[in-house]
Amino acid sequence: MTDKKKLVVIGAGMASGRMLETLLEAAPDAYDVTLFGAEPRGNYNRIMLSPVLAGEKSYEQIVTHDGDWYAANGIACRFGETVTRIDRNAKTVTTAAGETPYDKLVIATGSAPFIIPIAGRDLPGVRAFRDLDDVEAMVEAAARPGAKAVVIGGGLLGLEAAAALRSRGMEVVVLHLMGHLMERQLDPAAGHLLRRELEGRGITVHTQAQTKAILGNERVEAVLLDDGTVYPADLVVMAVGIRPEIRIAVDAGLDVERGIVIDDRTFTSDPDILAVGECVEHERVCYGLVAPLYTMAGVAAKTLLGEEAAFRPLETATQLKVTGVSLYSAGDFADGEDRDEIVLRDASAGIYKRLVLKDNRIIGAVLYGEAADGPWFFDHIRNRTDISDMRETLIFGQSYQGGAPLDPTAAVAALPPEAEICGCNGVCKGTIVTAIETRGLTTLDEVRAHTKASASCGTCTGLVEQLMQATLGEAFAVQAVKPVCGCTHLGHDEVRRLIRAKELKSIPAVMQELEWTSSGGCAKCRPALNYYLVCDWPDEYADDYQSRFINERVHANIQKDGTYSVVPRMWGGVTSAAELRAIADVVDKFDIPTVKVTGGQRIDMLGIRKEDLPEVWADLGKAGFVSGHAYAKGLRTVKTCVGSDWCRFGTQDSTGLGIAIEKFMWGSWTPAKVKMAVSGCPRNCAEATCKDVGVICVDSGFEIHFAGAAGLDIKGTEVLGHVATEGEVMRHIVALVQMYREQGHYLERIYKWAKRIGLDEIRRQIMDELERREAYYERFVFSQKFAQVDPWSERASGKDKHEFKPLATLELEAAQ
Amino acid sequence: MTAMTTNWIEIGLLEDIPREGARLIRTPSGCIAVFRTAGDEVHALDDRCPHKGGPLSQGIVHGTSVTCPLHNWVFDLSTGLAQGADEGQVATYPVRVREGVLQIAAGKLAAER
Ligand code: SRM
Ligand SMILES: Cc1cc2nc3c(=O)[nH]c(=O)nc-3n(C[C@H](O)[C@H](O)[C@H](O)COP(=O)(O)OP(=O)(O)OC[C@H]3O[C@@H](n4cnc5c(N)ncnc54)[C@H](O)[C@@H]3O)c2cc1C
Ligand code: SF4
Ligand code: FES
Repeated sequence: MTDKKKLVVIGAGMASGRMLETLLEAAPDAYDVTLFGAEPRGNYNRIMLSPVLAGEKSYEQIVTHDGDWYAANGIACRFGETVTRIDRNAKTVTTAAGETPYDKLVIATGSAPFIIPIAGRDLPGVRAFRDLDDVEAMVEAAARPGAKAVVIGGGLLGLEAAAALRSRGMEVVVLHLMGHLMERQLDPAAGHLLRRELEGRGITVHTQAQTKAILGNERVEAVLLDDGTVYPADLVVMAVGIRPEIRIAVDAGLDVERGIVIDDRTFTSDPDILAVGECVEHERVCYGLVAPLYTMAGVAAKTLLGEEAAFRPLETATQLKVTGVSLYSAGDFADGEDRDEIVLRDASAGIYKRLVLKDNRIIGAVLYGEAADGPWFFDHIRNRTDISDMRETLIFGQSYQGGAPLDPTAAVAALPPEAEICGCNGVCKGTIVTAIETRGLTTLDEVRAHTKASASCGTCTGLVEQLMQATLGEAFAVQAVKPVCGCTHLGHDEVRRLIRAKELKSIPAVMQELEWTSSGGCAKCRPALNYYLVCDWPDEYADDYQSRFINERVHANIQKDGTYSVVPRMWGGVTSAAELRAIADVVDKFDIPTVKVTGGQRIDMLGIRKEDLPEVWADLGKAGFVSGHAYAKGLRTVKTCVGSDWCRFGTQDSTGLGIAIEKFMWGSWTPAKVKMAVSGCPRNCAEATCKDVGVICVDSGFEIHFAGAAGLDIKGTEVLGHVATEGEVMRHIVALVQMYREQGHYLERIYKWAKRIGLDEIRRQIMDELERREAYYERFVFSQKFAQVDPWSERASGKDKHEFKPLATLELEAAQ
Repeated sequence: MTAMTTNWIEIGLLEDIPREGARLIRTPSGCIAVFRTAGDEVHALDDRCPHKGGPLSQGIVHGTSVTCPLHNWVFDLSTGLAQGADEGQVATYPVRVREGVLQIAAGKLAAER
């Protein structure tokens, strides 16, 4: 153990993360690794901070290495500790906690955001956009109603921040020094289209804006420009650029220019010190995108193992990660004497494409509005392909080459094996195909896990899927995302994600924003959308009854002859003489032809005329009955057995617990129906082990079960976990149901949802993560405020009268 | 079949029918469903699905179609024709709106029945 060499790494970011992964995969025991990070957390996908800021992803979803990973790899993590000094003679690094010796040192300190040196830059409310702390501060600022943001810098980072803050409801102004947005990546025409798009979203764009000062007393209040313009601001985001973080390297006397100078093997001027990432300079170039940095990280890992490897300069391509904007740029596209260009514009479709050519080769590409061909052009740039033969049709992209247009899958199939699919991780087509074939991969997640393709910024996900389709054929087609219905190409997950991310709060808004292809949806998508909106915005969304299936619209079950059946709640299956008498009276009074005990421990009255329903409910209501929701995608029954009150084997009060659950959860809408049961002992007379959620009482407490089925499919439940008290049972199952409510596809029962999400994932979130469980619980409780209104009494007192009465009765004689 | 001059009968107000919804009118020979689309078009059809008699007035209205509540056949509201692979047709009746008042053509009513 002790004679293992000591590797110390400064900076727990994306570059060092990749380097460690590569190193530990190749030689897990080569080094004792100590990892210092100034941030109080391990490595996460920094690129994805933009979607986190926009609310489209959570921090948990972008963690690259979690505590388990570091532990499994024996890395000593020193997060929250900044390295202040490197002593090259003693071979130690210094932090506030003391000194740590190294045999080999890797500097991976990334970059520091550039802060313009103007008055007011230190005021609270001025933030950079670099790490999770910045994002959290911005999210907090955005939460105040009517809050205003000024983003200084109209480059990649600034615009991603602006779009995200806008989507959180802030008023946003973008100040940009240059004449057009993203001038480093875009030419003026594409810059204009982008500006129009952002302005269309309500973002103010001010170009040629020279910021003079940030104003405010206690905290930021406004931004002042040279021309006298003042923009009020509660938040100022500085996104004007980055500088390699070189301070400790300079102090240590390493060779530093703009960045820490490294050679092809990633050595600094000290043979025991390597450097990778944004903090370095290689052949006079500093990189600010992960693709080349990952390549560099791979080289560093090999160098540390004494293997030969060399880093060579790389071209980079950029994509803007703003939902709904397609933009791609690569290479060099400044005008020049020796250069030629091909431009395609389609103003109505908002498409602009420009290729810059030199000596019959593409040297630059800007694509706006339709960027799917980006990687194909990028490939030609890097391979210096002679394009003379396809010049005429080049701008139309890959699908037009060689005659008839190809479908996207065929186009991917036609790519050469060395074509790059994932820019971030530098994964080429051949690598992915080989992984699919040799490892028998069939899902996108598996391909991500094994190849890293599309695992960083995710913009190439479509390409990877097409490649899987081309490689696996039918076998992949079945895995592909199924659209919700014929009115959209989006799947349920995507629709649910976008409803939240874009804060869509009505069915027309969803259809407009997500580009539904039919004018009013159909009987499949409308109820699904209505449910998703009810679930996500319980307080704000006005339930659209016209989008509900008839049973839920009139709160009874339609029968084959157009009459209805009515099933009142019998809490936990327990009833009384008074209740039974009331039912008997209603049956007599309205001539109800059939009364039946259901499979759900309650009583069904069948064959009621629609116009009688409100009166039937009024009578039942007087006896204390409420709707049993026998028609609802919602909580149906909670079956119970007699339990410890009566049964000689009963271990707990299963009847009481079942009633408590039903009283707490009734009225909630869910993706599909939810049925529960509580049995007093493992003899399980309430059949809890084939329910969506079931509880088996035992001496020591309660076993919670879920994901059973006994309808179209038969399936025993899975165990969620064991808890000791009734209170805990409630919190766990409520949280479980809320998780399902938020993630389930419409009409997907719990057992199918669980299969899709993974039983372990559900157990982890509900049993192990207290905070998350409580958050689910709270959201359920909040939504119940709006859901627990008895629909029958509402209708008995006149709501939706029109549903139950004919518009007119015509005598034929009068008509003639 | 007598009249070229259509005799219109008032049956209620447009606003009595919810958008993307329907109401019934009873006649001695059966029910007619009057539909109102999201764009305030009105259509009247027999309230009997040609499949198994489902009450079309209870279906979900989308665009200018309705989906039968019993087994999901879809009908075009203006022609009464079943859409997609299903075959069948429902009788339709002329209806119109005059200053917010719904009117149905008596002639067709009488003739059909
Ligand atoms: C009334 C009842 C039968 C009975 O007389 O006992 C019944 C009646 C209907 N069931 Fe059921 N189910 C009834 C208990 C069950 C049970 C047993 C249970 O709940 O313990 C099951 C199996 C358990 C399960 O759900 O997994 C059951 C599995 C189904 C299914 C298959 C669901 C599945 O996902 O596999 C359907 C079809 C569906 O929902 O799409 C269905 C659908 C129906 C519908 C709603 C059919 C329809 O769409 O019109 C029937 C409505 C009749 C009516 O108007 O009342 N019913 N149904 C039971 C009412 C229970 C209650 O008190 O609410
Ligand atoms: C919002 C945002 C969006 C982006 N989008 C894209 C994109 O779409 N595509 C793309 O290719 N790139 C994108 N990037 C850039 C990409 O994230 C960086 O290129 C990449 O993270 C650089 O990796 P790194 O390891 O060099 O630095 P980092 O990931 O920044 O890691 C450096 C770490 O070192 C720590 N550190 C610094 N000094 C010390 C010290 N003295 N002691 C201890 N720890 C220290 C820092 O706190 C930091 O955690 C984006 C960046 C941001 C901020
Ligand atoms: S099993 Fe359920 S759905 Fe089938 S006929 Fe009986 S009640 Fe209807
Ligand atoms: S009765 Fe209308 S679809 Fe079957």
